[in-house]
Amino acid sequence: MIGKPSPFDEMQGPDGPRYPYATYGDWFAKQNNERLAKKTSEAEAFFRSTGITFNVYGQTDAEERLIPFDLVPRILSSREWTKLAKGIDQRVRAINAFLHDIYNRQEIIRAGIVPMELIAKNDAFLPQMIDFSPPGGVYTHIVGTDIVRTGEDDFFVLEDNARTPSGVSYMLENRETMLKMFPELFSKVKVQPVSDYPKELRRSLEGSAPKSCGGRPCVAVLTPGIHNSAYYEHSFLADQMGVELVEGHDLRVVGGHIAMRTTKGYKVIDVLYRRVDDEFLDPLTFNPNSLLGVPGIMDVYRAGNIAIANAPGTGVADDKAIYSYMPQIVEFYTGDRAILKNVETHRCSEPQSLQYVLDNLADLVVKEVHGSGGYGMLVGPAASKQELADFADKLRARPGNYIAQPTLSLSTVPIFTESGLAPRHVDLRPFALVSPTGVNIIPGGLTRVALTEGSLVVNSSQGGGTKDTWVLGD
Amino acid sequence: MLLKIRHETRYTYDRPVDYALEKLRLRPLSSAVQTVSSWALEVEGGKIECGYSDHYGNHVDLISTDIGGTDLVVRVEGQVETSDTSGVFGSVYGRAPLWHFQQVTPLTTVGAAVEPFVSIVQGADTVLNGLHALSSAVIKAVPYAFGKTDATTTAEQALAVAAGVCQDHANIFIAAARAAGVPARYVSGYLLMDDRVDQDASHAWAEAHVDGLGWVGFDVSNAVAPDERYVRLAIGRDAADAAPISGMRLGPSDEAMVVTVQVQQ
Repeated sequence: MIGKPSPFDEMQGPDGPRYPYATYGDWFAKQNNERLAKKTSEAEAFFRSTGITFNVYGQTDAEERLIPFDLVPRILSSREWTKLAKGIDQRVRAINAFLHDIYNRQEIIRAGIVPMELIAKNDAFLPQMIDFSPPGGVYTHIVGTDIVRTGEDDFFVLEDNARTPSGVSYMLENRETMLKMFPELFSKVKVQPVSDYPKELRRSLEGSAPKSCGGRPCVAVLTPGIHNSAYYEHSFLADQMGVELVEGHDLRVVGGHIAMRTTKGYKVIDVLYRRVDDEFLDPLTFNPNSLLGVPGIMDVYRAGNIAIANAPGTGVADDKAIYSYMPQIVEFYTGDRAILKNVETHRCSEPQSLQYVLDNLADLVVKEVHGSGGYGMLVGPAASKQELADFADKLRARPGNYIAQPTLSLSTVPIFTESGLAPRHVDLRPFALVSPTGVNIIPGGLTRVALTEGSLVVNSSQGGGTKDTWVLGD
Repeated sequence: MLLKIRHETRYTYDRPVDYALEKLRLRPLSSAVQTVSSWALEVEGGKIECGYSDHYGNHVDLISTDIGGTDLVVRVEGQVETSDTSGVFGSVYGRAPLWHFQQVTPLTTVGAAVEPFVSIVQGADTVLNGLHALSSAVIKAVPYAFGKTDATTTAEQALAVAAGVCQDHANIFIAAARAAGVPARYVSGYLLMDDRVDQDASHAWAEAHVDGLGWVGFDVSNAVAPDERYVRLAIGRDAADAAPISGMRLGPSDEAMVVTVQVQQ
């Protein structure tokens, strides 16, 4: 492996465990492998019993699968976390300012910073959001920023996930599982709790209710139904928040509000945490064939009688072409340099960049501008010659549809295997809650891990697993 | 000119309706070309749920039908003072950017049938002359005929039918103007016909954005520029955005619709 430095391992430093892992490392050294192997199957049984599964799109044979859980936690020091949280806070504020600007004065386009075409040609841009401010000015009530690390102080944002970030149920379940399996560990290591997330989410959503709402706001979670791959999470969050889980057909317009059918008649909903995509949200305004949505909700929304989380049209802020402008976007709205770095991104829409990408395809990761979940991407170093040639054709045919990034040497955290610890690449998705009073970032997140040795693809849909994420107290 | 308008839409359902919603864009706004002196909206068999200003600045009312109802009547009545600006609405802009009015919509998609009309604009010495030539060509190709097309007919389809109403004329004009690089939009409203009080329906025309003049109106169906006989109701990218009434109904019932429009001095 000449010329290829080994990736940064977050647990093993050159002289034993790195500082955040010191206590954990001591504990781990005293464990025997058989007991841990048994714990792994216990964890699996626990997940099965809670019903936490997901569907893999594009696989007809496997309706529901368990995302593999690894019992070695990913640990961040309080200092590392503080920097990350500051960076996420800044970025999330910038995204909200950007969305308000894009749907109102478009100063950032007038200033020549973001090209008009990027908005005009963006399918996620919803004209129906023009000349409107959502209740409390909040667009992205929940953001799940994907972060990768390449060194001691080198954190990069990979994606902003400003539409409907999923995965928070894993953050909560992973912690609960760890607490159950290794209670003694949590008395040795001071780990900041994440279990308040549902309470904080509810508080944050309530804080985003329309001003006209009198009394305690009524929050509900809108799900497309049991066939959705994230249905478990929808019902889990509704249950944990203590609010109703509803489907489109439970709701109708009553007295200028959206109301849900209950045994005592219709009850007004003030804040709808919807997990239904924009296109299907309102058949009266968007796709008329949608059976999942709530007819008239966009009218009620514009009339100021409901808050929708996240706001319709937020997707315009998180595609991969806009991503490439995030450093400038952060600076434009906050006046400060971005605390968190972006990964260098080549926009294939620009002829020079396209040429560079074609010339260096074997070293790059190429992604669809509007893609997600690891679908439709090319990992150059892992691709065959034929795959590279096929992808080059796609690039030439629709260059504007792609961006390319260098293959980062993602940090590793060990996973537990039968033969002991083995390093695997990870990323991190912390969850930020935005309300009119501020940004609240839960200390932790979802750590996704590529279970195959050397693999850089951590997406659960592509065979990735998860870890509990610990942020140490001071 | 003071125009008196009465516009009634009556829906009759063949069986009781559990739930139906209609978006109404039926409240004209005062502007440089018109002043609304009085205006009232009445709903029978349903009620107004909420109202707001939409992304084009149109006032929208959302109404619902009464549970189990078999009739819905939407009636507006009022007076609007208009002025003649030779079709020029001017450099008045909402928040929707000009590029938004250059975007293709399902009703205004350009295919082989619209293509030749694009060349008419492109081949002209000035944009304004090109748009006038376009307007004449559209009414020639699609003579006015009631009942041959409906609210879902696209620009391409109307050209294939070779007959249509104001909505079709506006959609074709808009599709071709945009493809030629000129921002264009749809205007719904009312027209005082010189020879009668009772109109077949509400009216619609197109506006194109010409540098130096701002928005300029083209009533393709009547081959004139909108003047003081015209009252604006709503604007949008196409008929779907600016239709005076659009809605949806749950359940298996069928509806019959009767529209009466009266415009007089």
